[in-house]
Amino acid sequence: MNSSGFMCGTSFVHQPLHAARRISLFVITGLILSGCNRGILDPIGPVAAAEKTILINSTAIMLAIIIPTMIATVAFAWWFRRGNSKATYLPDWEYSGAVEMVVWGIPILTIMLLGGIAWIGSHDLEPSRPLKSNVPPLKVEVVSLDWKWLFIYPDQGIATVNQLVVPAGTPVSYRLTSGTVWNVFWVPQMGTMIYTMPRMTTRLNLQADRPGVYEGLSAHFSGDGFPGMQFKTQVLPPDQFAMWAQGSRGQGAVLDGAGYAELSKPSSYVKPMIYGAVAPGLFDSVVANRLPMLHVPQAAPPANKISAEPAGG
Amino acid sequence: MFGKLSWDAIPFHDPIPLITSMVMLLAIAGIAFWVWRKGWWPYLWNEYITSTDHKRIGIMYIVMALIMLVRGFADAIMMRAQQSLAIGASQGFLPPEHYNQIFSAHGTIMIFFVAMPFVIGFMNFVVPLQLGVRDVAFPTMNNVSFWLSASGALLINLSLFIGEFARTGWLGFPPLSEKEFSPGVGVDYYLVALQISGVGTVLTAVNFVTTILKIRAPGMSYLRMPVFCWTALASNLIMLAAFPVLTVALAQLMLDRYLGFHFFTNDGGGNSMLYMNLIWIWGHPEVYILVLPAFGIYSEVAATFSGKPLFGYRSMVFATMVICIVSYCVWLHHFFTMGAGADINAVFGIASMIIGIPTGVKIYNWLFTMYGGRVRFNVPVYYLLGFMLTFVIGGLTGVLLAIPPVDFVVHNSLFLVAHFHQVIIGGVVFALMAGYTYWFPKAFGFTLDERLGKAVFWCWFIGFHLAFMPLYVLGFWGATRRLQHIPDPTWAPYLHVAFLGAAIIGLGIVLTVVQLLYSIKTRDQRRDVTGDPWDGRTLEWLTLSPPPHYNFAVLPDVHGEEAYWTRKQTAIKQDQLIEEPDYQPIEMPVNTPTGVIVAFFASVCGFAVIWYIWWLAILGLIGAFAIFVWYAWRDEHEHIIPVEEVRANARERRRIRMEHLHNLSQST
Repeated sequence: MNSSGFMCGTSFVHQPLHAARRISLFVITGLILSGCNRGILDPIGPVAAAEKTILINSTAIMLAIIIPTMIATVAFAWWFRRGNSKATYLPDWEYSGAVEMVVWGIPILTIMLLGGIAWIGSHDLEPSRPLKSNVPPLKVEVVSLDWKWLFIYPDQGIATVNQLVVPAGTPVSYRLTSGTVWNVFWVPQMGTMIYTMPRMTTRLNLQADRPGVYEGLSAHFSGDGFPGMQFKTQVLPPDQFAMWAQGSRGQGAVLDGAGYAELSKPSSYVKPMIYGAVAPGLFDSVVANRLPMLHVPQAAPPANKISAEPAGG
Repeated sequence: MFGKLSWDAIPFHDPIPLITSMVMLLAIAGIAFWVWRKGWWPYLWNEYITSTDHKRIGIMYIVMALIMLVRGFADAIMMRAQQSLAIGASQGFLPPEHYNQIFSAHGTIMIFFVAMPFVIGFMNFVVPLQLGVRDVAFPTMNNVSFWLSASGALLINLSLFIGEFARTGWLGFPPLSEKEFSPGVGVDYYLVALQISGVGTVLTAVNFVTTILKIRAPGMSYLRMPVFCWTALASNLIMLAAFPVLTVALAQLMLDRYLGFHFFTNDGGGNSMLYMNLIWIWGHPEVYILVLPAFGIYSEVAATFSGKPLFGYRSMVFATMVICIVSYCVWLHHFFTMGAGADINAVFGIASMIIGIPTGVKIYNWLFTMYGGRVRFNVPVYYLLGFMLTFVIGGLTGVLLAIPPVDFVVHNSLFLVAHFHQVIIGGVVFALMAGYTYWFPKAFGFTLDERLGKAVFWCWFIGFHLAFMPLYVLGFWGATRRLQHIPDPTWAPYLHVAFLGAAIIGLGIVLTVVQLLYSIKTRDQRRDVTGDPWDGRTLEWLTLSPPPHYNFAVLPDVHGEEAYWTRKQTAIKQDQLIEEPDYQPIEMPVNTPTGVIVAFFASVCGFAVIWYIWWLAILGLIGAFAIFVWYAWRDEHEHIIPVEEVRANARERRRIRMEHLHNLSQST
């Protein structure tokens, strides 16, 4: 597996933190062993697994109707070809109540069944609905920017860019918005994607059970830097997540009003980075579009850790 | 003086758009020169450009659609090439600012300037003939509609050479399309071109709804109309309801961009969600505007080539009207992932699936139309069968997308791209190609070459599957759409197959041109002297090929569902035509240059608005308005075709028909 650039199997944690470095080494090793992911067909959490099940069941139900229809199409056309003297010609046969009953009945019954699946599935898998779990959820706030992702951990007081780190087996409750145009937050293997919209908040609840590194991306076109909006999702065992969060706090750059202003300048293919301190209420300020007042208590000088590669080649 | 326009707008340093526009300009100049050398300009001007004849206008629509198909396909092949090359470390040959224009132009062109004019072209050509009448309700307005659409197409193509096109996708979502994020003229080209052609489309809808509801041959009750007319009615009703919504949404975006309004901006109380709703309230019905007439074409083809009436005609009509109504109630399925809530998602999901019921019924009805028939495997039947096999898969993936929890993982992915191409190519394009082959002899008096036609079909059929089946797989792997660069090198083989598929479709388009040229060259061997080359069932086959300007010397009397078939069978049985009627002089609308001049001023005005050249914009508006006033004050509305000419033509037609029917009655 190629491991350069931003391809499948890359490493990404480059912080001067011992804990973080150890963990990143762990992640890289695991990743090389596991190879590339296979998207939504390889779910790593309950939401994605349930969605895959619905996808496969619904496809199977429809194939049961569609395959015979396709066979009948070819068979009828071929049997009733003009040259076939064995086929009966019914030049005036244009109506049959029994056939009509069947041709309306089959689609109606199929759609009733699938409609039921859709109704139940929509309610069970509603993105804003908290997941059932004994573990208290982790809060993560997501802000899409031009063209990178900011993940804020309000309870841990840290933030990351283009690097989502979550504990395995723990429900994660996301609040999402955009500091720029629309985007869609999506980690295919975790399941449901959702829009991030400026001046609006969406909610999403997901859980990842299998530790590893997974691709994340924006699934809504957002401008020239859009293809460079990929990010890595790192699922860590809960104790290692705690260690990572602990080790990151107070380290590196500070995300206050000025830091956010710097970060929100357009850039693409941004390398992952960590903010060791975050101004309280940053997410709500982004939603309200009231940023300059923000500051971090015991402010450290904001450092620009963003390194951007030009989008063109 | 020239607003934002300067020499910088010409892409001197970008070889691709520069060479393309040079080739296009040379081609246009070359064709214009050739036409002039042949001395055909007066003919073109009198018989096409200023014509109020629905058949000629229909042909112009289809010619425009075919030309724009080449443009849209050029965009498609560049996208496929870029995605095949820009994988991993490579960035391909198109930087984002180019690539993003290309996919935006591809979508805009293919929907607004290929699919729409193609469908409208068929409605123009076929509907009055099938209804047994002489023209549409408003012939001059029909000409204006066409030229306004052409004006929009012109502006879109101009963006290649002067300035840039939108980089915001074919729906131009704000806030990305707002001045703050897209300060260039690209979005303005998009907005202005669509507004101008949108006027044309609404006028078309008014025209056809009126025509179908008010002008039909004597005895042609609603439940005797051919299914294509029903689908055209449904399609135009949707157009009438949906296009004004598009106009409003785009107008609001223009107000934001030009006058600093805040409908959809991030600040000032704007809300971009509103645009998303409005654009899809138009956008989803748009799909049915295209696909319903396509269903109509398949219905005609299925019945004609099976030698049987359409199975379950009333069922078909009912299914069409159900789709017409429900199509307006499903738009929210385009943004299930917006977080609107479980109840809303479920209701719209189920509403979307409900459309699958009448559509499924239609598939079965075509199936049972073939049952007990004598199916002739002409080119249109290939498309019919190709469609039935392809479209059911497209329907399957469509219903999957309508299930909100499934949509949550495939929304906006290449799975979606594969789905809508499957229904648009498998559903609409196949129908248009079938209709092109089916009605070509009616329009020009000779048939298209069958062997080349079949080759074109196989190119489309195989090419489509190679191009889009891999995208379904990539969608499952988490590939989103509109990527100028592909992050995962393991996707490469699939993208290469997709490129190959697109290339095969390209071969099909080339062969379409070859087929046309070859058929023109050998037209004398493929003349349709009878007016009824396919043993048709509807009224367009009653008249000669090509039909006279006034279609029918006497409007046909309609008894029963298959007006022409019944009449033909009676004539064959009795070995004689109906008694010769009493011919009357016919009044037909005169030609008018109104449409082309209005469209000229509209294009000037549109161009000026795009470039902020306000004096020119005002001049354009005044010009367009003055033409309308001038037209309103005209004295001469109609010209009379003298009864002698009508009688002579009709007798000649009767002689040919008699001979043809006599041969038929001998052979049965």
